[in-house]
Amino acid sequence: MNAALETLTAPVARIGGATIRMVLNLGAFGVFAFSGLARIFSLPLQWAKTVQQVYFIGVKSVSVIALIGLFTGMVLGLQGYYTLVKFGAEGLLGAAVALSVIRELGPVLTAIMITGRAGSSMAAELGIMRISEQIDALDAMDVNPIRYLVSPRLAAALICFPLLTAMFDVIALVGGYISGVMMLGVSPGIYWSRIHDSVVMADVSGGFTKSVVFALLVAAICCYQGYTTHQRPGGFGAKGVGLSTTSAVVASCVAILASDYALTSFLL
Amino acid sequence: MQNRSVEMAVGLFVLAGLLCAAYLTVRLGKMEVLGADGYEVKARFIDVTGLKDGANVELAGVRVGRVSGITLAPDKKAIVSLNLAKNVVLTDDAIVSIKTSGLIGDKFVKITPGGAGDPVKPGGLLTETESSIDLQDLIGKYVFGGVQEEKK
Repeated sequence: MNAALETLTAPVARIGGATIRMVLNLGAFGVFAFSGLARIFSLPLQWAKTVQQVYFIGVKSVSVIALIGLFTGMVLGLQGYYTLVKFGAEGLLGAAVALSVIRELGPVLTAIMITGRAGSSMAAELGIMRISEQIDALDAMDVNPIRYLVSPRLAAALICFPLLTAMFDVIALVGGYISGVMMLGVSPGIYWSRIHDSVVMADVSGGFTKSVVFALLVAAICCYQGYTTHQRPGGFGAKGVGLSTTSAVVASCVAILASDYALTSFLL
Repeated sequence: MQNRSVEMAVGLFVLAGLLCAAYLTVRLGKMEVLGADGYEVKARFIDVTGLKDGANVELAGVRVGRVSGITLAPDKKAIVSLNLAKNVVLTDDAIVSIKTSGLIGDKFVKITPGGAGDPVKPGGLLTETESSIDLQDLIGKYVFGGVQEEKK
């Protein structure tokens, strides 16, 4: 009788357990992100480490962001042209490319690309430091590991994401120019004047707001996943690091797209 | 030495990023660096359907300003605030009309300069206005010949 009851209630218990774990994780993540953010400004400021991280997250991502931006702009120019030409409105191509890039694609694609390139390696790096007990060593030496390891990465992400998004936007506009004007024959004057007419400050500042939020989310999630590798139930050691890296990228991408929806509905 | 090159690369990266951000905000976003450069006049319309904040204001086809606000007056008329460039001086008999660029384009405000009125001061009200033309209304009138009572 008892066994039968247990089989009946087991799924409920599992769901309850998973929910409790999720809430606990969310709380731990919130505390982690907040303490990392607060320690960015604790004195003495860690300029050298932050510059090092800006180099890693920002400078090393420029080439991939430039390529992705160029091709995104080119494909938007191409698709936009073939859609707009049906209505005889190919003059609107500049506005279509600029608004979709500045409002939406620029921040989102930049964030996803940086997650893939820099976020994954952030998680792996911190994960390896955790399993090789370097983080415990820092703790033992009375160096706050969050201040020493996480805050510079958060600060660097907050600097790099908006700058890379701005580069992406400008390069994508050039990409739209290449496919729309140079290959398909839209008038160059109309292309640029439509961009200047249609883009307003709210679009640009909305894009930057998004990129700052994505920077916080991506850096905090990736660092948290690496930092807590030892608490991961699925595996220990190298396997744990691999799992942390994977879940850092997946969770970051989900967080980017979900928060993008929320932010867009706020900003519109 | 290695540190030097890292700093150089980071410096270049930040510079390039800031230039792109400046282009986006100043050129495309039309950020007014030192406050709004211009003055405001108001115009009263019966109907401003389709006109949006930030729409262009044109004089002889040249953009001379933007719509900076649309509000409802107590007498149920629409008051449109126009932010005009400083060098554009209007007289109080100027005609302000709402036009559409192309068949499906955006609404914009067109100003036809007046003849011999007094210059409008900042904050002044223009009363000679033409409201927007409702295309569906026109088609409706053409097809059905205006509003008719339902036949019993």
